Amino acid sequence: MMAANTARSIRADLQLIADMIEPHSRLLDVGCGDGTLLEYLDRHKHVDGRGIEISTQGVDACVSAGLSVIQGNADTDLADYPDQAFDYVVLSQTLQAVQAPKTVLGHLLRIGRRAIVSFPNFAYWRLRWNLAARGRMPVSNSLPYQWYETPNIHFCTIKDFVELCDAMGITIERSISLDHKGTMRRIGSIVFFANLFGEHAVFLLSR
Amino acid sequence: MTVTQSRATERKDDRPLPGHRVRLGTDRPLRLGCGAELHDFPVAYQTYGSLNRDKSNAILVCHALTGDQFVAEPHPVTGKPGWWDLMVGPGKTLDTGRYFIICANIVGGCMGTAGPKENNPATDKRWGVDFPVITIGDMVGAQALLLDHLGIEQLFVVIGGSLGGMQVLQWAATFPERVFAAVPIATAAHHSAQNIAFHEVGRQAIMADPDWCGGDYESNGKNPHRGLAVARMAAHITYLSETALHRKFGRRLQDRKAVTYGFDADFQVESYLRHQGITFVDRFDANSYLYITRAMDYFDLTGEHGGVLANAFRGTKTRFCVFSFTSDWLFPTEESRKIVHALNAVAANVSFVEIESEDGHDSFLLEAPEFHRLLNGFLNGAAEHRGLPRAG
Repeated sequence: MMAANTARSIRADLQLIADMIEPHSRLLDVGCGDGTLLEYLDRHKHVDGRGIEISTQGVDACVSAGLSVIQGNADTDLADYPDQAFDYVVLSQTLQAVQAPKTVLGHLLRIGRRAIVSFPNFAYWRLRWNLAARGRMPVSNSLPYQWYETPNIHFCTIKDFVELCDAMGITIERSISLDHKGTMRRIGSIVFFANLFGEHAVFLLSR
Repeated sequence: MTVTQSRATERKDDRPLPGHRVRLGTDRPLRLGCGAELHDFPVAYQTYGSLNRDKSNAILVCHALTGDQFVAEPHPVTGKPGWWDLMVGPGKTLDTGRYFIICANIVGGCMGTAGPKENNPATDKRWGVDFPVITIGDMVGAQALLLDHLGIEQLFVVIGGSLGGMQVLQWAATFPERVFAAVPIATAAHHSAQNIAFHEVGRQAIMADPDWCGGDYESNGKNPHRGLAVARMAAHITYLSETALHRKFGRRLQDRKAVTYGFDADFQVESYLRHQGITFVDRFDANSYLYITRAMDYFDLTGEHGGVLANAFRGTKTRFCVFSFTSDWLFPTEESRKIVHALNAVAANVSFVEIESEDGHDSFLLEAPEFHRLLNGFLNGAAEHRGLPRAG
């Protein structure tokens, strides 16, 4: 059995998300995996958390650990939730795997007062290098799949994402990039450097 | 409320049934969905484990169509293990060392609770088909009276599969404040056309048996056991899956090397179904079968709430855990998803898992380690939120 992570330390990007969340808030984690973030938030911030997870293995781990998680997916199951039902809706490392990222993003900010979205930055220099110099689809620690078996179907860059938020009238309250060592940098008004050196990005969004 | 209680219920052969029997509705009758009222009626129930001091560890198990209150002990008629022996007991998922397990024979049933097999107090004769047609709401209403009698304000968990799951949903909709957690398993918020159709086949089989005598077989000294057996055979197929039938029987022949060119039970699957039919009639009342299948057909929680299932659960604080099984074609996963979607629509606290299984609808009654592990996790989580002591 894959037990939910009860360790004190969690992945850097999850820690970053956790730090953005007010204690005692209501939260929906879309694509919650094995429930690491939910469990952490339950223990450390007394968050009333729910999750949606597509994999049986993940749901199994979550429900076995006493977390409230349904088997489902972001593309089909978000439409059911009422407006502003949660303080936060988290979409962590899942945006690139959904069928309709724009629709999903719209739902996140309909269901939640705030949304937290994290994703791998496809403009990260190592990925650019892979594609430009080696002529191969990038495979890295954060994107470990070959092109023919990847669940990731909608890659974007930090710059792309900022532009989409702009087009959708979404306010970016905070945005942070993480490099391969987990060092955080605020994404400023000039996106160029973050877009080149950020391996991951985390955005706190509101309407 | 004044109630009389006896340790045991009387049976025709004078051997008392194990468990408890209480008369309810003595002060105030139970108002039924059909408009009739049940006054001073018996409810037979069984309990396992003990109720804690603040009465917060009670789990109500709701039994299915052909189940009864003998969840975790040898059946008093057949001698077979309790129908959920795998689930309920010391150290099991529904741990009788931690929880107080209650299971009551449903209204309309035939193991001691008011139903067509019991006597009508007005005439002192068997109710037969004069018994009012009952609903899932009536079953739950009677259980609520039983809880009043036991002094239990709120159940820790209401759990059940199939018809039992319908009762769970009805509980959560009617008495949300009395249900801390709800576990509807392999069930639906309304009976589908296909399921009503199968039930109609069963009822017609019973009523087509001349020994049914218009429902008055008892006073005619008869029993429509052939009709009831056929009803059971047809229904039993719907509880399995094609994969399970193929694995168990294939086209294998029963104690013979070749087909006999006759209508004997040549195939093992025929022999098995006949056995299921024959053994069923020993423990079940034909009229009860009519009443309970009807109650399931009438069940429509969505219709009851203006066509929007979510309205049934608006404002609920109950923690839900919904289970379905991949090979269950009687109550397919899609039906569970409808329940989950409705619960999501009111931002209820809900978990949902579809369990991989080849055993069809009956999966929840069988060995299913993944199901038990997940349910155990859910119960532990709920127990922590309810402030119950941790396991072991």
